Amino acid sequence: MTLYGYRLPAMSSLILWGLLWEAIGQMEVSFFVPPLSEVIVTLFEVVQTSAFQKALWETAYAFLAGVFFSIVIGIPTGILMGKNRLIDELLLPWVNIFLSVPLTALVPVLMVLFGFGMTSIIITTTLFAIWIIILNARVGVMQINRSLVDMARSFGASPWDAFVKIYFWAALPEILGGVRIGIIRAVKGVIIGQLLISIVGFGALFELYSNNFLMSHFWAVLLVLFALAFSISELLAMLERRVAYYAAKR
Amino acid sequence: MAMPQTKPAPVATTDIAVSARSVSKTYGETEALRDMTIEFPRGQLTSLLGPSGCGKTTLLKIIAGLLEPNSGTIEVNGKPVTGPGEDRAFVFQDFALLPWASVMRNVAFGLELRGVAKSEREAIAAKYIADVGLKGFEKSFPHELSGGMRQRVGLARALSVNADVLLMDEPFSAVDEQTRRKFQEDLLSLVQNENKTFIFVTHSIEEAVYVSDQIALLLPRPSRVSEIIRPSGLRMKDVDNIRRDPEYLDTVDRIWALLRSYVE
Repeated sequence: MTLYGYRLPAMSSLILWGLLWEAIGQMEVSFFVPPLSEVIVTLFEVVQTSAFQKALWETAYAFLAGVFFSIVIGIPTGILMGKNRLIDELLLPWVNIFLSVPLTALVPVLMVLFGFGMTSIIITTTLFAIWIIILNARVGVMQINRSLVDMARSFGASPWDAFVKIYFWAALPEILGGVRIGIIRAVKGVIIGQLLISIVGFGALFELYSNNFLMSHFWAVLLVLFALAFSISELLAMLERRVAYYAAKR
Repeated sequence: MAMPQTKPAPVATTDIAVSARSVSKTYGETEALRDMTIEFPRGQLTSLLGPSGCGKTTLLKIIAGLLEPNSGTIEVNGKPVTGPGEDRAFVFQDFALLPWASVMRNVAFGLELRGVAKSEREAIAAKYIADVGLKGFEKSFPHELSGGMRQRVGLARALSVNADVLLMDEPFSAVDEQTRRKFQEDLLSLVQNENKTFIFVTHSIEEAVYVSDQIALLLPRPSRVSEIIRPSGLRMKDVDNIRRDPEYLDTVDRIWALLRSYVE
């Protein structure tokens, strides 16, 4: 955007909020809000510790595995639901329930079923991400131009050809939108999993720092997490823009 | 080009490329086609002309194998149709191009689905891209082209699979008037040069009389072939003279007289 004829760089609003944070921190309004500068200094210390690197690795592993499963299961499921009325009728109620249900409440059940380890954390992450991916892929397929399907059939496309050459690409703008939101939800999922199931990864760091009132450490890890989620989301938004040229013209 | 018949007598069976026998189709309660029988002579262009709701697109899609009739049979080259086949290619009203694929891939897409190797299918596609006048646009995407150019891509795709029968569903209705006139002229030379059978759905009387060897006039409720009209004198005329030929004008008037009571 432009202000008084000057073009503001992207995300300049963050600078404003950062300054506000710094000011409140300097005024020592609350013990829980240390100045931003202090948090950033701590951040550079924290990222060098082996505890942080171990946490990053554990979190990244569970996160990537959860996202992987929600994508490879979610996209085909959504496409099938969009294509097949019967499958849609069977699965749609469940998808809607799981999309709106507080999944945190389900975590104890997962612990009973899958134990207290990484498996349960990965499944929690998947459960946070998958439903919106399914719904978006489904909607993407349902709004597909009928004559594209007829075209593929008239040239003798096999069901598999139609799936990978027509349905997937026609639904891609919606699919990417779903994956982007799903990934943001997966960030929540992996941390909640780590806090509730077994105290590992960033969840363990949050627990450790808040219990010991290391607030600038706490905020530093939160900032790292925010930056990671934001970068992944932006990366996907970039991919979405690459298919935007045909999104409006299917 | 096969000379047009001088009278609307049935042509010998060997010359029939496509025939529909007693074809009926209902959508739930709605009766789209009832007991329709019609033959399409080889190497000629037959228009299916009629008011909306007369079932012309339904018949075309049944011939294409995209819809199944409730009863009756379609035969292409004497073989009954059970689904889409390599002997037919379809040109769509809304072009049906892949918006994420280049002109080259779009034109070659029919061949791609038939498993033709990439280098081979692109060589064939390049020829037809040039034939329809889109040389230089191979790498363009559909959204970068005008409506007329998009339909040329659709046409090139249908031609490149080298099917005997070309099924065209109101192919020029979504392009502007001037482009449509050019298309109609090009279609005439296409019918003349390619030894293919064209089945052409249109709602434009002028277009049907201009391009057709044979016009099947369909009337709705119940859907039936009301008349077969052969504007036989027109096919030898130069394209520039057709529209002021008395036979052209008379045929247009006659068809309008037959249709006007069905237009709401």
